Amino acid sequence: MPEIFVAKASEFPDGDRRIIQHGAHDIGVFHWEGQFYAYANLCLHQGGPACEGLIMHQVENVLAPDKTLVGQKSSDTQVNFVCPWHGYEYDIKTGECAADRRLRLRKYNVVRRGEDIYVAI
Amino acid sequence: MVELPLSNDRRMKVDEFDSGKMLSHAARQAKQRGYDKFPIVDVDSHHYELESFNEILEYMPDPVLKQLALMANSGNSKGAGFMPGSVGYQDIGGRATRYPLRQIEKPDPGVQRDVSLTRRWMNAMGVDIAVLFPSPMLQLGLHPQVEAEVALAFAYNKWLYERVLCEEPRIRSMIYLPFNDPEASYRMVKEYAGKKGVSGFMITSVRFQPVHHNQYMKVYSAIEELGLPLAFHAGYNWGEQSMGMMNKFISVHALGFVWYNMVHMTNWVLNALPERFPKLKVLWIESGLAWLPFMIQRLDNEYMMRSSECPGLKKLPGEYITDMFYASQPMEMPRDMSLLEATFKCIKAESQLLYSSDYPHWDFDLPSTIYDLPFLKEKAKRDILGGNAVKLFKIETNGEKLAKVA
Repeated sequence: MPEIFVAKASEFPDGDRRIIQHGAHDIGVFHWEGQFYAYANLCLHQGGPACEGLIMHQVENVLAPDKTLVGQKSSDTQVNFVCPWHGYEYDIKTGECAADRRLRLRKYNVVRRGEDIYVAI
Repeated sequence: MVELPLSNDRRMKVDEFDSGKMLSHAARQAKQRGYDKFPIVDVDSHHYELESFNEILEYMPDPVLKQLALMANSGNSKGAGFMPGSVGYQDIGGRATRYPLRQIEKPDPGVQRDVSLTRRWMNAMGVDIAVLFPSPMLQLGLHPQVEAEVALAFAYNKWLYERVLCEEPRIRSMIYLPFNDPEASYRMVKEYAGKKGVSGFMITSVRFQPVHHNQYMKVYSAIEELGLPLAFHAGYNWGEQSMGMMNKFISVHALGFVWYNMVHMTNWVLNALPERFPKLKVLWIESGLAWLPFMIQRLDNEYMMRSSECPGLKKLPGEYITDMFYASQPMEMPRDMSLLEATFKCIKAESQLLYSSDYPHWDFDLPSTIYDLPFLKEKAKRDILGGNAVKLFKIETNGEKLAKVA
């Protein structure tokens, strides 16, 4: 399976991303909490650049034991990247659409060879 | 450079923003789908008039209101105090990044900002002609001072005509009517009749005026005589008491953008305005499409039992509704596409529906939302994307594609 060079690991800090294009492939690569993830940069909604938007923690409700709403918070575990066109949110670890997990972006394997980061296409 | 606040107190610095680059995927769609082969008319798009507010205010006829507005727009206040404000989070907390980033977008050198930025997204999407409307002014009908709405409407329309419509023939507009003042609305129709780039007249729906009141009849007559359409442009108003029960912008937007048009359409039809102005073409903007089967069924059902209340009607309310025109955005994309197909059939979409993007607002639709529909034939797609608007607005085309689809 062909591999596309993304970046040197030392030049790709945690929390950052790269957009790479190779032929028909338009791919967003994320470095988040020590792991690398890669997805098709094509929103399932209207085809926007899904991987080029903000990275935001999932918003969660905080409920008291009696089910009353205490407030809202940012998730401790789930982080999404957001399509900048219309706000479709995708789980950075799975590529699943946060609003409907039956939908999922195409995922690419990320390969690390020494200091070099590649995406397999 | 702009620094965006993100979740968990993170920050993101952005150095530049260009609508054309942000819409590069739209340009790819335009090429893949062959938009160079037919005209695309976008009947509802927007600019942000507050970005040019000082230019607009130079056209204010009332010197006292002008000074008040200029002062309200000075410093960092951006018109607050003069424009009716409204709580709202159109940008989804900045997730629709063009909202916070457009402040660093630069126009092409020597080109007026609104013209430059509009051309940029039109070319990316393959749109040949765009009907341009303001943004915050969609709530100007809530201004408690009628004279302020009138003064700003006159200033805005004159600025729009001289600085935008006369500069770029691909940009058109339907002239804002200061509808809280019927006489001023009438004067506006007379003043802009036949002027370059004027494709009709527009009432912002967020207001509390009954469209069937006798004071408006001469306004409708004047527009009917011109043969141009009258549009109702939807909006939201979180300040309204019923909307105040909702705690989320999604709720207010989902219902608000339909609610006012539902009220106006009900008054329009049941008071027999289509019978009184049979040649007046009416266009309903930015309420999507799902409300229409509801309105048709609801009004038809009640009319059959209470027709004595509507002596002016000569056919069912729904039959008037399907004679009117509709802008497509925000077109609901249901999980069950047969619902959308049924809606298209119900409203005679092949002749009555006109593509609209609403760009750059957060819920914009690309032409592909129409072009990719599996139940439409090529001719219907092209009519909805452009042909129907060419007829409605009497746009003279020589078949030349104006957008640069590369």
